[in-house]
Amino acid sequence: MASTIVEARGVTKDFGTVQAVRGVDLSIAPGELFGLIGHNGAGKSTLFKMMLGLIPITSGEIRLDGEPVNGPRFRETRRKIGYLPENVVLYDNLTGLETLYFFADLKAVPRRECAGLLDKVGLSHAAGRRVREYSKGMRQRLGFAQALLGTPRLLFLDEPTTGLDPGAIRDFYRILRELKGEGVTMVLTSHILAEIQERVDRLAVMEGGLIRATGTVQALREAMNLPLTLEIAGGAGLAEQVGRVLEGIAIESIEEAGSVLHICLPREAKMPALARLATLGDTMRDLRVREPSLEDVFFGYRNG
Amino acid sequence: MLSIDFRQIAIVAGKEFWDRIRNRWVLAVALVFTAFALVIAYFGAAQQGAVGFRSIEVTIASLVSLVIYLIPLIALILGFDAVVGERERGSLDLLLTLPITRRELILGKYTGLAAALAFSTIAGFGAVGLILSPQLNLTALFHYAGFMFSAILLGLAFLSLAVMLSVFASDRTRASGLAIGTWFFFVLVFDLLILGMLVVTAGDYGGAVFPYLLLLNPADVFRVLNVFTLDEVRTLYGLATVFPEALSSPTILGGVMLAWIVGPLAIAIWRFER
Repeated sequence: MASTIVEARGVTKDFGTVQAVRGVDLSIAPGELFGLIGHNGAGKSTLFKMMLGLIPITSGEIRLDGEPVNGPRFRETRRKIGYLPENVVLYDNLTGLETLYFFADLKAVPRRECAGLLDKVGLSHAAGRRVREYSKGMRQRLGFAQALLGTPRLLFLDEPTTGLDPGAIRDFYRILRELKGEGVTMVLTSHILAEIQERVDRLAVMEGGLIRATGTVQALREAMNLPLTLEIAGGAGLAEQVGRVLEGIAIESIEEAGSVLHICLPREAKMPALARLATLGDTMRDLRVREPSLEDVFFGYRNG
Repeated sequence: MLSIDFRQIAIVAGKEFWDRIRNRWVLAVALVFTAFALVIAYFGAAQQGAVGFRSIEVTIASLVSLVIYLIPLIALILGFDAVVGERERGSLDLLLTLPITRRELILGKYTGLAAALAFSTIAGFGAVGLILSPQLNLTALFHYAGFMFSAILLGLAFLSLAVMLSVFASDRTRASGLAIGTWFFFVLVFDLLILGMLVVTAGDYGGAVFPYLLLLNPADVFRVLNVFTLDEVRTLYGLATVFPEALSSPTILGGVMLAWIVGPLAIAIWRFER
């Protein structure tokens, strides 16, 4: 197996005079759960569509599993791909099971796989109901089942949790973990950054048609060098004592909210600050270190 | 260019066809055809002061006038959202990531819709043929079968136009507007234009060309195919002398109709693949 399953080199896309994607390089390894984040208009949907061969590439090249997108043997590659479009509306007049049969036939997957997949996404109770009676979340789950037909090696999921309730979102990521265990590569986009930050292996931040950064969430945090927050709970006189022991350490801000102090400080000041705070003893009841969220990182890249 | 996988075409065609069977589209259209054809067969000659079935040729002549309005409309309504509808739902992108080419997708859609349209035409007019059959001889049955076959070709030609519009239109609303416009143009405006030109030139210039201009309209091809190839009808309409012999050949007219089916579909595929 190749060391990269998704490979983009110098990819650009022009729509008339607008350059939607401006030279993207990207490598995704087999078995990775990869997130693509960016605000609307950042170019991630365009990049997604080019990876799937839905729109032509202006310049550069994308290869999936070693095969150029829309190359002569790409039809075979498509059999290994599953795709869940954003806000997909499937066929209202078909039942859930019939919908899967249709897509299974087109993918040359035996129809007997379909019932099991509906069960996997928690829709077996609605298999015989028309899709027009499905809720938004059920439609999304049916779309996901469709993407899983034929045990794909590579899954593209565009805003996959839109319309799902929290329980369904948890189930969804549980299935993604199982698939990852089976070696499936997954590329997903999301605008709910908090949702994907603990769940993806690596991610790319897209902005203005460019990939601004690629890496693990932790690597991006460190590369951005965003400040950390220490949250300290304690009794009376806490602020005063904390202020005293942290004297001389470069603190960006201190805010007091009820009985909790929020101290914002640079990453490199974390260990010295913790060592000094440890001397406070019983005055301090609790301490938490809050890493910058993916939101913070994302807006850091956007604004910086 | 990728080769064509007929299995994929058959899967898409099967879905389109069964969709129309299940939502009773085929049944409804067939019933409309049957009802109109029966009424026309029995009352079509009322203008001549008689009620009741007279002859197959008079019946066909009356049916042609009906079908020329109805079938293009039904075919355009059937096909106008074939592609643009999928695009608007978001399912087109999904279909195109599957192992199916754009060409196969269009051919599958067209084949399935064409089968539904042909099926309802055969069922609707066929039922009337059965009812009339005791009063028909073999020649009359042959003429009626020819009428049914040409009605199917007419439907397929307008379905082909509809699918082409569906590829070019950016949304369903525009596609439906284009479909209605196409119907108006070919069914109502085209003949008036030709007639107008004929009157303006007083038949002095290129009078011989005008009959051939009718080939630019599949509805007219259908009319010519049915009206000018039946002797009794030609006499009835008093047209026997004005139409060139070459154009009353069913083979040539059938070939032109075939071009009207293949042409727009080929343009649709060409455009969709870009």
